[in-house]
Amino acid sequence: MSNEDFKPVLLARQGKPNSHTLETYKADGGYQALAKALAMKNTEVIDVVKASGLRGRGGAGFPTGLKWTFLPKDVSGPIYLCINGDESEPGTFNNRVLIEQDPHQVLEGIVISSFATRTTTAYFYLRYEYGRCYRVLKDAIDEMYANNLLGKNILGSGYDLDVHLHRGACAYICGEETGLIESLEGKRAWPRIKPPFPAIEGAFRRPTVVNNVETMACIPHIINHGAEWFMSMGVPKDPNNPRDAGSYGPKLYCISGHVNKPGLVELPMGISARDLIDKHAGGVWKGRKAKAVVPGGISMGFMSEKELDTPLDFAGPGRVGCLGLGTAAVVVIDDHTSMVDVLYNACRFFAHESCGQCTPCREGTAWSTKILERIRDGRGKLSDIDLLLEISGSMGTIPGTTICGLADGAAWPMKNAIHKFRPEFEEYIKSGRRSESPALAGAH
Amino acid sequence: MSELSSNAKKVIEEHLGRYPSKQAVTLPALHVVQEEKGCVSRKAISEIADILELSPAQINDTLSFYGFFRTEEDPLGKKRVWICRSLPCMLRGGDELLAELCSRWNIQPGQTTADGEVTLELAECLGACDGAPCMLVDDELTLCVTADDVEKQVRGGA
Repeated sequence: MSNEDFKPVLLARQGKPNSHTLETYKADGGYQALAKALAMKNTEVIDVVKASGLRGRGGAGFPTGLKWTFLPKDVSGPIYLCINGDESEPGTFNNRVLIEQDPHQVLEGIVISSFATRTTTAYFYLRYEYGRCYRVLKDAIDEMYANNLLGKNILGSGYDLDVHLHRGACAYICGEETGLIESLEGKRAWPRIKPPFPAIEGAFRRPTVVNNVETMACIPHIINHGAEWFMSMGVPKDPNNPRDAGSYGPKLYCISGHVNKPGLVELPMGISARDLIDKHAGGVWKGRKAKAVVPGGISMGFMSEKELDTPLDFAGPGRVGCLGLGTAAVVVIDDHTSMVDVLYNACRFFAHESCGQCTPCREGTAWSTKILERIRDGRGKLSDIDLLLEISGSMGTIPGTTICGLADGAAWPMKNAIHKFRPEFEEYIKSGRRSESPALAGAH
Repeated sequence: MSELSSNAKKVIEEHLGRYPSKQAVTLPALHVVQEEKGCVSRKAISEIADILELSPAQINDTLSFYGFFRTEEDPLGKKRVWICRSLPCMLRGGDELLAELCSRWNIQPGQTTADGEVTLELAECLGACDGAPCMLVDDELTLCVTADDVEKQVRGGA
């Protein structure tokens, strides 16, 4: 399917009057997928989702159906589904728009996924900052209880489910799935050492699945239209790479930064950053050129201008040295912007959000920020560049020094910025100049 | 006299039925208290701990992890304004906006205006990068704001 023929799936109901109400959702065919799923065996629902190739939309891209099969087969007692609505990755706002505009699409996915995973209690962990989402979801959940879509014996199927909203408290680390679980349990959000993975021992020490909001929104469409339909969109698996699981389905791309039209765009997986900027975001602002582009949230690193034809699918950004597709949140940085300022901003973010549990991350994020402060203050040394590289190579799950991937996300912007823009850092340090503003010149 | 209002106790009670552990009600309890009082006092921590059958230290451990909660030494103003400084907002003037508000209100991020009306906070990504720079007032987002917009919205006129 070409991008020109593509009709939005997840954003199909955006902008319709009262798109958030049960009445309009049902009028547009809502909850038919739920009725269909409830007439199937739960294992059949898992099989369809597995066959669709759906991979988690939260950042890691783990195959959703496969994740569900990791739950123990014979288990007595509760299984939990946690919905990760802690969207906090800089550049990312797709969950916010999905929830505000079309909460029932997400909730229908949650009921189907809960049924598939034999869950009878689901927790929707929502970042505190999304107050409007919280109120929209609260009303939508009330409508569902009043219409036999939640609670006991849903649609006469004999299946029972409760969904509880749980508000976070402004901490990025709660988006890490075991950090989320700890936070849900009322503790500091310190990620857990894995294994055991949540499927074996998660929330309240019970088998648990943690899924992202956009992932949930895909589920009703897969049940309605089938796995083949879902696989007709996107980028097939690479036959030469047995580890590639493909990049199927529609994807929400968030576009922000120095473009004329920032916003949320839905396309089949695999559009290039260049097309996204030029055809869907009105081009780079002020007639300028892009210098660097974040492919999927700041933790994924940077693509240079000459890498912008890279497809934004699960495999593409990795081929140009980025960490991955992440949340597909594209942030465009124009050629009037200093990469020293940009990297300082990224390091400052991770220093603020490191949970402090693992030494390499706690110290590495803080010291890299201090080094960049020094450089921006005109007191940098050329040796600082290699020092930053050394720090970035020493923290994270990839060197194996931390419990969770936050430090990999902190390291990647450092690695990419220095490898791809090293002469700019050298020139900045040699000139001894000081940054002109709290942020950067050219912002206005 | 009890530090927790009857409403706070009712909200905590309602939440107890939703989780298999009482400790899971820690965040909902801290939220309801801070929403009502603008801070969570030591006495409130101790009363929450009694209801949840925990030690006050456990409640305080969680409270202090999230920079979101305030103690009685450092209560919030009537409104809490968060200005985003993460990359998408920085690229469109977020840092300058925060600096401008600090200068107009003569406070630093984290502080409250002398009249107790507004607490100014710096935020990391608020999830509204399509409308950078953005702000959060209590828990409502506003997109594409200028310093004048902020003043108008939270101080009733520029």
